[in-house]
Amino acid sequence: MSKSDEAVDEVRILVPSGMLGAGFDVAAIERGLALGAHVIAVDGGSTDSGPYYLGTGTPKTATAAVARDLRILLGAAAKAHIPLIVGSCGTSGTDSGVDWVAKVVENILAEDGLDLTVATIYSEQTAEDLVRHLDAGRVHPLAPMGELRAETLESCTHIVGMMGHEPIVAALQAGADVVLAGRATDTAVAAAYPLMMGMPAGPTWHASKVVECGGQCTTNPRSGSVFATIDRTGFIIESLDESVSCTPHSVAAHMLYETANPFRMREPAGTLDVTDAVYTALDDRRVRVEGSRFEVADQYTVKLEGSRITGFETMSFTAIRDPLILKDIEGWAVFLRQVLTGRVTQTLGLEPADYAFDIRLYGHNAVLGHLDPATTPPREVGVMLLVQAADQATATAVAKVANPLMLHLPAMDMDYLPSLAFATSPAEVERGAAYEFVLNHVVDSDVPTSMFRTSIRKAAAHV
Amino acid sequence: MSDTRPTLGDLALEVRSKNAGPFWVTIELFMRDEAGYAAAADEDLINEDVVARLYDVPADGVQIFRIPSLKVVKISYPRPISQGSLFDRDIHAGQHHVPLAVLVP
Repeated sequence: MSKSDEAVDEVRILVPSGMLGAGFDVAAIERGLALGAHVIAVDGGSTDSGPYYLGTGTPKTATAAVARDLRILLGAAAKAHIPLIVGSCGTSGTDSGVDWVAKVVENILAEDGLDLTVATIYSEQTAEDLVRHLDAGRVHPLAPMGELRAETLESCTHIVGMMGHEPIVAALQAGADVVLAGRATDTAVAAAYPLMMGMPAGPTWHASKVVECGGQCTTNPRSGSVFATIDRTGFIIESLDESVSCTPHSVAAHMLYETANPFRMREPAGTLDVTDAVYTALDDRRVRVEGSRFEVADQYTVKLEGSRITGFETMSFTAIRDPLILKDIEGWAVFLRQVLTGRVTQTLGLEPADYAFDIRLYGHNAVLGHLDPATTPPREVGVMLLVQAADQATATAVAKVANPLMLHLPAMDMDYLPSLAFATSPAEVERGAAYEFVLNHVVDSDVPTSMFRTSIRKAAAHV
Repeated sequence: MSDTRPTLGDLALEVRSKNAGPFWVTIELFMRDEAGYAAAADEDLINEDVVARLYDVPADGVQIFRIPSLKVVKISYPRPISQGSLFDRDIHAGQHHVPLAVLVP
């Protein structure tokens, strides 16, 4: 499928949804093929759901949901003889995530009698390799993080490097029909094919940013499939649902989504700058964008993501409806904290430094805490106790010591014991290991493919 | 005293917040019209110090983008609580727009 030596005037990208497994209409895919798509690109991951998925190397999406989407996309790619590219496989892009998607693909290819060459690109990094980079002065922090220490790398259960488009291009040039990439920038997935075909970097990276969340750039974000046509001077963006529009406002506004800076976005190879981009309506549902620039950086960098275990958690949940307690719910929570701390020392012999807990008053101010601007009294409050300790047994023991208090702790001015409303029996739920993201650093890398490993399983026809 | 003057939320099509990666929070006010944008873009109403006070974060980390072509004011600041940690009560930071939305111009 390598055609990179042929000059083309434009490249058309079909993006079925913002996330593999999110679902899409089959009709939208058919429409994208009818419009002459050259490539299908879809993102398979994100850090947005928290550090657990990278920490454990497990996916957020259901296997059945990913299989449903892949069956349609593999069929479409085979029928149209165009490549399918999936980025950040398995939510966090760990090697186990790539293998998980690859297994689903292998089963579908066998079941549906499709003969396609599949490339898997692995992006997981060892602490040992990264410590060598760190010692050589090749690792740098991104705001707001500080300098990295070797111990931090060694404490991670999984570390991935975010690839740019280059490893994906290399896989396509090696003959892959299907590319299953580990952690990749959201944009690299869509940018790889047009860059390989010689499209200019400014419009390509900008178009790739616009389509990376599927329908977010349209007037109806619930309609997920979008289509981008990139040419020598700009790109055109449209929805694959004929009843849905892209407007200059909806397309420009997407640059705000999940970005700290809406005008400049760093990729491994440089920075996309859309400050001077001009968004023009071609008709009532298509938008043309020109004026996007890409500044090549002096140093190619690969961003790292790492997650580590912070402890083990146990959760307990009760609820309060009695207005006599609710009238000073914050006073009650202070009282709970104080009595629980004392009882834990008395029974388990633990000091406050040995464990930690959070008391969240859902219905009062659980979400915003002391930032909450509202002052009205709540009608009912759900009390979540979240305990963290170095091991699961200790976390659960603390939650069990709290159990009689979460059942009967009175307001300070009550001379009797109320009974509160536990939501479940048993009240305690063991959450297992808890994780945190600890890396926001980049590695200087002079060869863009050097931190990634590709393996190719050739279609039978090519073996 | 009851205050019935419109809030920024009342003057907006949408006010939203979200993680921008695990280490930043970003908030956008999509204002309904020019007058609403003028209110939200007023540097006396929203500035780095006001955001620092509303969100209990250092003012020098706050970034504010005023984008008249979109009638949008966008605010980003480093996430004060590590995503998914014991004390993080909003994994996606999707409900942190409220203190800004209730400001009264």
